[in-house]
Amino acid sequence: MASFKLNGIQQSLDVEPEMPLLWVLRDELGLTGTKFGCGIASCGACTVHVNGLAVRSCVTPVSAIEGQDITTIEGLASVAAGANPSAPSLTAVQQAWIDHQVPQCGYCQSGMIMAVSSLLASNPNPTDAEIDSSITNVCRCGSYPRVRKAIRSLTA
Amino acid sequence: MKISRRRFIVSTAVVGGGVLIGYSATRPSRHRRANAQLASDGAHYVTSFLKITPDNRVTVYVPHAEMGQGIHTSLSMMAADELDANWELVDIEQAPAIDLFANGDLVKGFASELGVPAFLQGLVNASAFKVAEVMNLQITGGSSSVRYTGETAMRTAGAAARQMLLDCAAARWGVPVAECSTSLSYVQHNASGRSLAYGELAADAALLEPATNPVLKTPAQWNIMGKAISRNDIPAKVDGSAPYGIDAHSKDMLYAAIRFAPVFGTKLVSVDDAGLLSRPGVKKVIQLEDSVAVVADNYWRAKEALKLVQAEWETSEFDNVTSADIFAGFDRSLAADDSDQDKEQGDAEAGLSAAVDTIEASYRVPFLAHAAMEPMNCTVHIHGDTADLWTSTQDALGIKGRVAKIAGLSENNVTFHHSYLGGGFGRRLPFNWNVIDHATLIAKQFDVPVKTVLSREDDLQQDYYRPAVSSNFKAAFDGAGKVTTWHNRFTGPIQVAGASHIPYAIENQSIRVVDGPTHVPIAAWRSVDHSQQTFFTESFMDELAHRAGKNPYQFRMDLLQEHPRHRKVLEVAAEAAGYGSNLPEGHALGIAVQESFGSIVAEVAEVSIGADNRPIVHKVTCAIDCGRAINPDTVESQVESGIIFGLTAALYGEISIEKGRVAQNNFPDYEMVRMATSPEIEVHIVESGEALGGLGEPATPPIAAAVTNAIYILTGQRVRELPLSKHNFARNSLANV
Repeated sequence: MASFKLNGIQQSLDVEPEMPLLWVLRDELGLTGTKFGCGIASCGACTVHVNGLAVRSCVTPVSAIEGQDITTIEGLASVAAGANPSAPSLTAVQQAWIDHQVPQCGYCQSGMIMAVSSLLASNPNPTDAEIDSSITNVCRCGSYPRVRKAIRSLTA
Repeated sequence: MKISRRRFIVSTAVVGGGVLIGYSATRPSRHRRANAQLASDGAHYVTSFLKITPDNRVTVYVPHAEMGQGIHTSLSMMAADELDANWELVDIEQAPAIDLFANGDLVKGFASELGVPAFLQGLVNASAFKVAEVMNLQITGGSSSVRYTGETAMRTAGAAARQMLLDCAAARWGVPVAECSTSLSYVQHNASGRSLAYGELAADAALLEPATNPVLKTPAQWNIMGKAISRNDIPAKVDGSAPYGIDAHSKDMLYAAIRFAPVFGTKLVSVDDAGLLSRPGVKKVIQLEDSVAVVADNYWRAKEALKLVQAEWETSEFDNVTSADIFAGFDRSLAADDSDQDKEQGDAEAGLSAAVDTIEASYRVPFLAHAAMEPMNCTVHIHGDTADLWTSTQDALGIKGRVAKIAGLSENNVTFHHSYLGGGFGRRLPFNWNVIDHATLIAKQFDVPVKTVLSREDDLQQDYYRPAVSSNFKAAFDGAGKVTTWHNRFTGPIQVAGASHIPYAIENQSIRVVDGPTHVPIAAWRSVDHSQQTFFTESFMDELAHRAGKNPYQFRMDLLQEHPRHRKVLEVAAEAAGYGSNLPEGHALGIAVQESFGSIVAEVAEVSIGADNRPIVHKVTCAIDCGRAINPDTVESQVESGIIFGLTAALYGEISIEKGRVAQNNFPDYEMVRMATSPEIEVHIVESGEALGGLGEPATPPIAAAVTNAIYILTGQRVRELPLSKHNFARNSLANV
């Protein structure tokens, strides 16, 4: 039995301990905002937060997150809002993504937003080199210039 | 070829024989069918693409797939502007996959301008060319949506609807139409101060015949077109709610993991699946002609079980083929020169024999995979004699027909469920059937939905590839240093006519293609033949410039006197990039220009060589003449995207063949540009006012040559083979070039 907190709600599932969190989310729980891209932690499309830190869920066995706090793109804003009923429905990062019209096909953007949110939470004013080394997600549409602009709009 | 001016039925001859018949958006029978089939609750369709409801909201049905190019928004802007709608009251919906929305206008546009697009040639080249089959496509590709569907269907539909609403209001008021005007979803009679909302008129307007040739606005009259409007698909793409084909989900769903014959074209011989069915969740092992699949109640379980399957594949004559063999075959074909004409002008042989100086060079580029971020997938639920279908596709109608055919069902009994596409780039066009067919055959064995998903490895190894091409050049100079002759032989097939042609004023040109067959399946890849040909032609032009001792920018400008649009984008890009002025130490600028899909693009790449002897692309400055920009922000994002797509190919892109199969596995050995390697990009839109050009593809072709032309200046090394990751560059700056 795997137990963890997902977007603020306790979950218990009867799955193999080695099943990657990605497939627990997508196939067992039907939470499809977290994407499958490569299966080997190379592209970052599957990025979620484990205790607030960006983790690639396609190589994270569910046993490794036992008892921990998981946030996915679906819960990003609500977890950030916590008990505050007047909190905006989007986080500042999500809003910056709209303001700068970042996504194209959008498939990688759940992971991109999760990675950037985690970076800015720990390092609110990263250098370009720090952005480059921590945001290694693949965007086949090439939204990178807008990702950088959107990040800069939050750090300036 | 001439397009008939009749609006209802348009027919035109096509290259290769046959006839295309396109039905415009305003054909009366379609308009009535739309009302009968789709209107409800007091809603009325006033044309096939527009719906106006009593609450005065306008819904625009967009018959193209949204894969990040912003097409839902751009096409809706075109219809809404001609309609004089209030953009705040406009809703955008994906048109359902029924033949009412088949895009004959796209086919017509291609037929008149370019011949038939590559992805339709399978149909057209067949002698029994079936108009009905072409009409049954609902294709998004060829950078065509705005310039064909938008210009012909959406704008016309909006203008026709506006005219009907005007006529309807004038009749109701008993005043001449000329006294009435439209604005922000209302018709006004200015003299009496009366006004009626479109929603109040729609029911009566729907009974009128649409005008055959409604007058379109001039750009000065545009209220919505030409403005940077936020895309309607973006909010759902920042909170995880945007549905992609791979997100189809139900409680009772099953999942298939599949392994294909590794050597293209070979078949499955036998399978050892002992013990697999006792694994958790595994339902079935399915043998297909060229593949084996495991179906389970979770994709990971299916994938893990598939790893244990022992499969034997038939042997074939291709089992030991390598990329080196393929290129050696290309060289033999080129040497034999059993070629077909692409373009002949003047007398190239005479030009070469009279030359005072000649230059020769051989170029080549490898196969490339599409590698869309959303791995190929398809979900099919067959229940009795009906089916439901979910997949990310650039041709919903075609896919629906294909699934019906493979499943043995009537097409009318298949329901297609639309989604966004996690990238397309040509991979999700018709004829690239491999996942669709397999998913359907697997789903036939169950009565619940079955989702077939390719692993990234399968996605890379079972693609339909951008062709590898070799291209040989010779050029001749006369005693005055003028280029007199351009001689080019390259390996085919030609997927897009004219990609190898040059705009430069060179008197004698002989451009010919030789057969380059391989066992590797090929298809359109973003910008199609332009991605290879522009690297070749714009690199060789650069070689000529340096041999002539001229600045590469000025050398091109001098030979483009007949092409003012090319000159303009070169000038804008060069000036903005600071061409000719001082650069940081160790930096150089490379330049390239290409016309494709109706747009002309110049790119200047600022490059240096890093400590690891690899190129660093710091900045790309781009000027694009796409006629006019419908949504300037979308133009910029498509240009940024096209450049990075082409840069990825130039820096890293290589699908190589070993033992008859693809050697690459996943992103680590099919690397992508990422944040750290993504250059700054500056986009300048040049509005020439000419016919609208495409945007999804035209920024991709020039980037490779722009980068390698800069590398030549930095190192003296001429790159004639991509990707750049194969090369090691020592810095050795050439002065004053």
